[in-house]
Amino acid sequence: MPEQTEAQVVLRLDQITKTFGALTANNAVSLALHKGEVIALLGENGAGKTTLMNILFGQYTADSGTVEVFGKPLPPGNPRAALEAGVGMVHQHFTLAENMTVLENVALGTQGLGAWRFDARAARARILALSSDFKLAVDPDARVGTLTVGERQRVEILKALYREARILILDEPTAVLTPQETDDLFETLRKAVALGLSIIFISHKLHEVMAISNRVVILRHGKVVHEGPIGETDKRDLAARMVGSEVSAPKVEPGTPGPAMLSLKAVSTPDRGAAPGLKALDLDLFAGQITGLAGVSGNGQAALADLIGGMQGPSAGALHLKGIAPQGWSPRTAVHAGIARIPEDRHKTGTIADFDLTENAILERYTDAPFSYKGWMYWRAAQDFARSVIERYDVRCPGPGTRIRLLSGGNMQKLILGRVLEGAPEIILANQPVRGLDIGAVNYVHSQLLAARDRGAAVLLISEDLDEIMALSDVIHVISEGRLSPPFARGTMSPTELGVWMAGQGFEEMAHAS
Amino acid sequence: MDIIDILLSASFWTAAIRIASPLIFAVLGELICERAGVLNLGIEGIMVAGAFAGWMAVYSGTDLWTGVAVAFAVGMLFGLVHSTLTVPFGLSQHVVGLGVTLLATSLTYFAYRLFLPEVTSPPKIEAFQPFEIPLLSDIPIIGPALFNQTPLTYLAFISVGVVAYILYRTPLGLALRAAGENPAAVAAQGLSVTAIRMGAVIAGSGLMAVGGAFLTMSAFDSFFFEMVNGRGWICIALVVFGAWRPGKALLGAILFAAFDALQIRVQQTPMGADIPYQIFLMMPYILSILALIVMSRRAEVPAALMVPFNKGER
Repeated sequence: MPEQTEAQVVLRLDQITKTFGALTANNAVSLALHKGEVIALLGENGAGKTTLMNILFGQYTADSGTVEVFGKPLPPGNPRAALEAGVGMVHQHFTLAENMTVLENVALGTQGLGAWRFDARAARARILALSSDFKLAVDPDARVGTLTVGERQRVEILKALYREARILILDEPTAVLTPQETDDLFETLRKAVALGLSIIFISHKLHEVMAISNRVVILRHGKVVHEGPIGETDKRDLAARMVGSEVSAPKVEPGTPGPAMLSLKAVSTPDRGAAPGLKALDLDLFAGQITGLAGVSGNGQAALADLIGGMQGPSAGALHLKGIAPQGWSPRTAVHAGIARIPEDRHKTGTIADFDLTENAILERYTDAPFSYKGWMYWRAAQDFARSVIERYDVRCPGPGTRIRLLSGGNMQKLILGRVLEGAPEIILANQPVRGLDIGAVNYVHSQLLAARDRGAAVLLISEDLDEIMALSDVIHVISEGRLSPPFARGTMSPTELGVWMAGQGFEEMAHAS
Repeated sequence: MDIIDILLSASFWTAAIRIASPLIFAVLGELICERAGVLNLGIEGIMVAGAFAGWMAVYSGTDLWTGVAVAFAVGMLFGLVHSTLTVPFGLSQHVVGLGVTLLATSLTYFAYRLFLPEVTSPPKIEAFQPFEIPLLSDIPIIGPALFNQTPLTYLAFISVGVVAYILYRTPLGLALRAAGENPAAVAAQGLSVTAIRMGAVIAGSGLMAVGGAFLTMSAFDSFFFEMVNGRGWICIALVVFGAWRPGKALLGAILFAAFDALQIRVQQTPMGADIPYQIFLMMPYILSILALIVMSRRAEVPAALMVPFNKGER
């Protein structure tokens, strides 16, 4: 590598290797970050990005290799060392105490614990100064629990800046933001770079990587497989290098809509704490069509998913299945009405971790023939079913007797997919079906959803990833605070236009017009 | 009416504050543990141990304040046991807490027999005497109730202020509360959740033991079996009642103590003679439950209460 003389190296990872048993998570990874530079760190799940960052932050100790910050070696296995050396991390899962104020969260641990007085006034002044310097608008006295996701992320960035971080590491920072919030974040990051900070930006959204970074480093199977300036590459090239082969997203042809399979008319559900319920919502799901539901998380997606999945009945309004109102509404009636549910959280509500694959495969239908008869289980039928799902949906596992806890997220999702699709459902509720999966598994899930649609199923796709929604959906609705936008046909809205609706604008005009 | 007369009498309020004092220490101790995210069900046993330790120290010849210090130290020791099991090892806080209560109670009775093998009735010590604060104690009703108490009662009230100050006005208190709300946030700032939580449990357990010691060194002058009699469990409820805030917890302790003082006095009125005395004994508990239902609905539980924290786990 040519000597970079124009800018100082602020962070250098040299030949980092880390193994967990037989798995080599990082294999001689080297990386140099310069002052005022943004590096994008790309890689699939399990490529070793998180391990690398955990080594930098002292959560793990590397087997070999060294970390240098501003020319000084960082002692391994000491979480405080990185912070004190000026490295700040914004985790994907925020580490904020919701019942405490922004001020308290930011100032936590910045004064010695032996001090007799917590200097709130000085802390407030400093936070206000930082938020105007870096364009991070946030009220220091607001309780974090009342803030939006975008605002919480600003608090996380403030935390790092408050500790005088000169190097910022952002782990998938845009995953939870609207396009507008992403633009705001990028503006803050550009400010930071202009003020001499350096940034490592971990992401898998390629267009964002192209927009913000100067250089890109790609990890695959724990190794650096590509490193170079962003100008010399394009999205296709990056995606191919990440996966190791040409990736082909499933080709999406427009669907041909049939009759309405499920209709909601002016349906409302009660609010649950801070999460809004549905507000007089109208929705039709048509056979042979994928309906995308875009929105920032926590705007009623969970309420809608629970309603369609039978977890919660409507408090007002009506639900019709093929024009008929069902008798009673419970998860069991929903399953029997042909509604397939791919739950948002496959670990918590989709599977039972310590049950084996057979038991998990029949979770929704264990009381039905052929799995049981008059209260007796027929394990042979259940096992046969599990085997056929494993085979047809390519679930990589030792066998149907494996506890599902031991499967990777992608394989777990394939089992869930197989479990519901084998019943030839008429309605599919896919809630965040590809969250946390790698590109191969994402493409597989998407192609299965498209195949189900072409077979005549009505699919509701709920996702926080606008790219996914726009790629797959025949029509798109935006949900905001429990209200639903009118349907937008494929290709009629730009991400920015949808972002306006996601931010809650447009609903008032709609209310006036009607 | 009889009850009005009772409520306006200085002796009633004096008794209420006296009954509240051990509860104040113990409820503060529990509050500190829970604010850091650890439920300490060892409280009942730790109070028994504290009651014995303080009294035994004084009986063996130390002065009263050294006795209080001994009780505090014994409480800290049980706090160390509790927190070692619940914090770094992450064991069930319910099981460990009940275990510590059983252990502390049994060890206390064992130690009692070990130190006093041949006594039939427990010996008495020279307990704390009321200390009248000049001028202030002359205020009608409130004066004798608040300013003619033993030094340990004054210490209880001072402790409320000190604990509140530490929780809300020092960086340590901020870290402690954060450990009970989201330990990951504490760890992300490079602080040790383990150290903070263990420290909170150890200090809190010390306060509980002083609450127990109040019984043998201030309220009475001797040690009896069954002396603590569920006061520890009441304090668990009082923490909820006080919505995890020291000031409100103080009010809760006084309220409960006032019910207790009231029922004894009502028993002696003509109305009380017609009703079985067990009804009166129930009164403070029933009223506490009712108050708890009303008060705790908006209470904000520390979000990470009873959630063990393992570094490196998500």
